[in-house]
Amino acid sequence: MLKTDTGPTSTKIAVKKLNFYYGKFHALKNINLEIPAGKVTAFIGPSGCGKSTLLRVFNRMFELYPEQRAEGQILLDGDDLLTSKEDVALLRAKVGMVFQKPTPFPMSIFDNIAFGVKLFEDLNATDMEERVEWALRKSALWGEVKDKLNQNGSSLSGGQQQRLCIARGIAIKPEVLLLDEPCSALDPISTAKVEELIVELKTDYTVVIVTHNMQQAARCSDYTAYMYLGDLIEFGATEQMFFKPTRKETEDYITGRFG
Amino acid sequence: MPEKHLSTQFDSELTSVSSQVMELGGLVESQIRQAIYALQHFSMEVAHEVSANEARVNAMEIEIDRDLSSIISRRQPTARDLRLLIAISKTTANLERVGDEAEKIARMVRSIIEGGTPRALPSMELRYAADLASGLLNKALDAFARLDVNAALSILKEDDLIDKEFDGFVRKLITYMMEDPRTISASLDLLFLAKAIERIGDHAKNIAEFIIYVVKGEDVRHTSIDRIESVIK
Repeated sequence: MLKTDTGPTSTKIAVKKLNFYYGKFHALKNINLEIPAGKVTAFIGPSGCGKSTLLRVFNRMFELYPEQRAEGQILLDGDDLLTSKEDVALLRAKVGMVFQKPTPFPMSIFDNIAFGVKLFEDLNATDMEERVEWALRKSALWGEVKDKLNQNGSSLSGGQQQRLCIARGIAIKPEVLLLDEPCSALDPISTAKVEELIVELKTDYTVVIVTHNMQQAARCSDYTAYMYLGDLIEFGATEQMFFKPTRKETEDYITGRFG
Repeated sequence: MPEKHLSTQFDSELTSVSSQVMELGGLVESQIRQAIYALQHFSMEVAHEVSANEARVNAMEIEIDRDLSSIISRRQPTARDLRLLIAISKTTANLERVGDEAEKIARMVRSIIEGGTPRALPSMELRYAADLASGLLNKALDAFARLDVNAALSILKEDDLIDKEFDGFVRKLITYMMEDPRTISASLDLLFLAKAIERIGDHAKNIAEFIIYVVKGEDVRHTSIDRIESVIK
């Protein structure tokens, strides 16, 4: 039988009393959440509920905008990344992110992946080739692109581009991979491939995915968090959330009674 | 379902399939009543009618299953909706079996009539048990329509009554058979009848358990009444 993987695990990211503001707008309200290591955690909820905001706090992406601020703690393996003195680029190497729309760099498929690696590691040509192949294999794209690594990344189909972005994300060997609606611009076949990939990735990474597609959360996550208007309403094993959620608000949302 | 979905189409599909189950339930109830009537009045005609109606019961089961598959494949229901559809599927299967039992009763009535029945046999108790069983099924369908877990609980308790009635009836039949071996053949027919009635009570009980599954999300089959009571609280 199909069961979600909720076996023993440690906490990779612990969110404690997190509040987030866009200027005066209070976007996340006292969020407390523990994201298990080596599992896929999905954030679901209607537009504007704060799920993407929460994801963007995990690698301090919000700091690009001066009017946005986060209060509280986000412990990555026990260290608060909000107050850390560590270079934010190093944090983002540990906590990689893939966005809604595929964002290949205007360069070859090979360089799309090598680019990020060069920022953090000094590899010789052979090692780099190995790394690129490894990342492409891991993201289930190798077979489709191995004969055209010098072609421009944007020559690939949408689904291939998204898998290229995932390959780029994992090439620098992050610990956590954040996926913000990774399939919303993809056709069903590419979506199925990316979902397959997500499940495979969790053997090496902690994966957090934001999705509007509840069935996608049901299919490929182990834990699901339901958010609404900046509050975390319910967090639990995906199987439980989709079969017998504890909160009525969750039930209304996942059964389509939300209105 | 108290609240509506965003999709009114989904709501009307759920309403439609639920009312089909109620319709099937109504048909099956009438099959039992007719079968009992045939037993009571030794009516060949009514017994034949019950057998003829069996085809309608079967056709309705198939139709409900087809609608369920369609809803599940197109709507991907979750949580309470999913539990409701699973429960409807199982309830339908149970109702169809009750239909089979009614047909079985009708068939045995025919066999008793054809065999030239000794009317002294205790068919009165059988009628009492049959009323209990069909009443219980009626309550189960009513509780299903309202998704009433407390009513479901009382049905589970009441099924024990039918089981006791069955045991008593069996003992009585044995006495008859020992007194007059010529009644053995007819007594065996009555025994099978009693068993069919007892099974109807079991199906009603199953339906009651599905109501608790829908509302509480707990599978209470093969558990004790104490545990079921704690689930409902």
